[in-house]
Amino acid sequence: MKLFNLIRIALRALQRNKLRAFLTMLGIIIGVGAVIAMVAIGQGSKKSIQDQLSSMGSNMITVRPNSNQTPGGGARLDVSTVQTLTLDDIKAIQNQAQYINAVSPAVQGRGQVINAAMNWPTTMQGVSPDFLTIRNWPLKEGVSFSDEDVNGAAKVCLIGQTVVDNIFDPGDDPVGKTIRFNKIPFKIIGVLAEKGENAFGQDQDDILLAPYTTVQKRILAIPFIQTIYASALNSETSEAATQELSQVLRTSHKLTNSEQDDFTVRTQAELISTFSSTSQLLTVLLAAIAGISLLVGGIGIMNIMYVSVTERTKEIGLRMAIGAKGIDILMQFLIEAIVISITGGILGVLLGLLASKLITVFLSWPTLVSESSIILSFVVCAITGIFFGYYPAQKASRLDPIEALRYE
Amino acid sequence: MAKKIVEIHDLKREFRMGSEIVKALKGVSFSVEEGEFVTIMGSSGSGKTTLLNVLGCLDKPTEGTYLLDNVEIKNLSRNELAQLRNRKIGFVFQSYNLLARTSAIENVELPLLYNSSISINHRHQMALKALEAVRLSDRLDHLPNQLSGGQQQRVAIARALVNEPVMVLADEATGNLDSRTSYEIMALFQELNKQGRTIVFVTHEPDIALFSSRTITLKDGRVIKDSKNENIRSAKEVLAALPVTED
Repeated sequence: MKLFNLIRIALRALQRNKLRAFLTMLGIIIGVGAVIAMVAIGQGSKKSIQDQLSSMGSNMITVRPNSNQTPGGGARLDVSTVQTLTLDDIKAIQNQAQYINAVSPAVQGRGQVINAAMNWPTTMQGVSPDFLTIRNWPLKEGVSFSDEDVNGAAKVCLIGQTVVDNIFDPGDDPVGKTIRFNKIPFKIIGVLAEKGENAFGQDQDDILLAPYTTVQKRILAIPFIQTIYASALNSETSEAATQELSQVLRTSHKLTNSEQDDFTVRTQAELISTFSSTSQLLTVLLAAIAGISLLVGGIGIMNIMYVSVTERTKEIGLRMAIGAKGIDILMQFLIEAIVISITGGILGVLLGLLASKLITVFLSWPTLVSESSIILSFVVCAITGIFFGYYPAQKASRLDPIEALRYE
Repeated sequence: MAKKIVEIHDLKREFRMGSEIVKALKGVSFSVEEGEFVTIMGSSGSGKTTLLNVLGCLDKPTEGTYLLDNVEIKNLSRNELAQLRNRKIGFVFQSYNLLARTSAIENVELPLLYNSSISINHRHQMALKALEAVRLSDRLDHLPNQLSGGQQQRVAIARALVNEPVMVLADEATGNLDSRTSYEIMALFQELNKQGRTIVFVTHEPDIALFSSRTITLKDGRVIKDSKNENIRSAKEVLAALPVTED
C-alpha cells in the first residue's frame, strides 16, 4: 500500500466532512494559538523587565562602604560618612581587575540649584567620565566632561532633564549657561538623555553630574569617595567580576582572612534574576494553562475520531471487503488525525502570531514570540495527533469486516 | 472442462454462542466453474450468509477446504485474505455501500487504491472501462445522492468489476430495488455473464434464480438441491414485456 494512496484516501475522507474536520481542528487551533500567545506575553514581559533593568546600567556593580560595628561598640555611622573607600581602590581596580571594563568613583551632595530667578533642590553627583558608560546613559545635547576636567576639578556639569524643566523656561537651551549649585557656579556642558523613573519610582533625571574632584573639593570638602560604580564586561561575567572586585578591594584594604568585608558589593544581576524568575514563573504558568487547552483539543480529536470510527463502521467494512488491510485502515484514520492536528497546528500558530500582535497593538502589552514556542507547540501537535488518533484508528483496524458490513 | 473458480469440499462452519455451539454450515460441497452464473438460494437461517462470508474470504471455515482460483484460504492470514479479496473478488451488496459525497468514478477506483501495483493513470482507465461496462460513462462525476437506486447499484457493480475479479459475488443485490430496476440489474448481470464473468448471486427470491444458469439451494446448513437451469429466462425480455410505467 503506497503511503501516497493512504494520504489521498484520508484527505478525501476529511473533505467529505469539512465542517466536522474544522470543528475538531478548532480545539487544536485554539490550544496552539493560546500556547503561542501566552508564552509570547510571558516572554515579552520578561524581556521588558530585563530591558528596563539594563537601562539602569548594563551589568552595573555598586560598591558601598560597610558601616561595620566598631570594636568599641559605638554608634554606627551613615555609610556616606564612612571613609574606607578611596581613590587608591579605584586605581587598584583599574590596574588589577580583568572582568571590569569601566569604573567610576562617586560622591554626592544635595543642594539648591539656581538659574536666575528659578531654583530647585536636587542632587549633584561627582563621578568620572566612565560613569556614563557604566550607567549606559547617553547625552541628549552637548558633550561630557573630560579627564582633564576631573584633574583640574573644573566647575562644569551635565544636567538631568527634570532639573532643566524646573530651572529653565521651555525652549531655552541650557548648554553653555552657568547655574549655581550651593552658590558655586557651574557651566552646563551637556544635557543627559531622559531615563525616567527607575523600577523603584525614583526620578533618575533629577540630577546634576560633575567631575568627582569638583564635588569632593568644592561641595563636600572630603578626600574619600562614597560609592564605586563599575561595570562587568558582559552579563555572563558579572558573577566573576563581582568576586574579583571583592578580592581586589580586600587586598587594597589589607583585610586578613578573618576580617569581614568593610564594603558591600551589589549587582544588577541579582535584581535581574529576581525579576526574571518572577516572569519565568509567569511564563510557565501561562504555558501550563495553554498546554491544558492543547490537551483538551487533543481529547477533542480522540473523541471525534472515535465517533467517526463508529459512524463509518460500514465504510470500514466495505474498505476491508474490497481489500483494505488492517494497517491500511489504521493508517487512514491515523493520517486523518494527524492532518487535523497539523493543519490545526499551522492555523493555531498563525492565530497565536495574530493574537500576540493584537495584544501588543491594542493592550500595549509587550509580547515576544519565540521560535522555540512555535516549534514546540507544532511538535506537541503532531504528537497529540498520533497519540490521540492511534487508539480510535486501532479500533477501526481491528473491526471484523463481516460485522462492520452489517452495522447499521 | 472449464477451469474451476470455486472448489468447496465438506465445508463446515461453527460459531460459539456462549456455551452453545451453533453449526451454521454442516458439510457443504460444490464447485463453480468459470463462466457460470450461480444463485445460492435459501431461507433465513439456512446458512447462506455464512456461506457467502466464506466464499467472499471474509470468514474462514472451521473444517473442510475452500479453494478460490486454486488458492487454499485456510492458512491465509487476515492480510493475505484482504489481498485475495482485493485481487480476485468483486462484491456487490444489497445496500450498494457507496462512499457518500464521493463521485461515481472515485467510488469505482476505490479497490484499486488498495493495490499499489496500479498507477494513477491506469487506475483511472480501468475505472472508466468498468463504468462503461455498466453504461454509466455519462455519470462519472455524479455523487451517489444524485443517482437513482439502480444507477447506484450499477456503480457498485462497476466497482466490483474494476479489479478484473475471477468471481463477482452479489449479496441480495436486487433486494433494495423495485421490480423493474431489479430486472435491469439482472439483465446487466446476464450480459456480464455472457461476456464470461463468473457470478455467484446469493438471494432468497426464487424469481431471481430463474435468470441464472444454476441454482444451489441451502437448508439448515446443507445443500439440498443443486440443479442446472435448462430454461434460463432473459431479463431483457421480461423487461420488454413489462407494461411501461406512467411516470
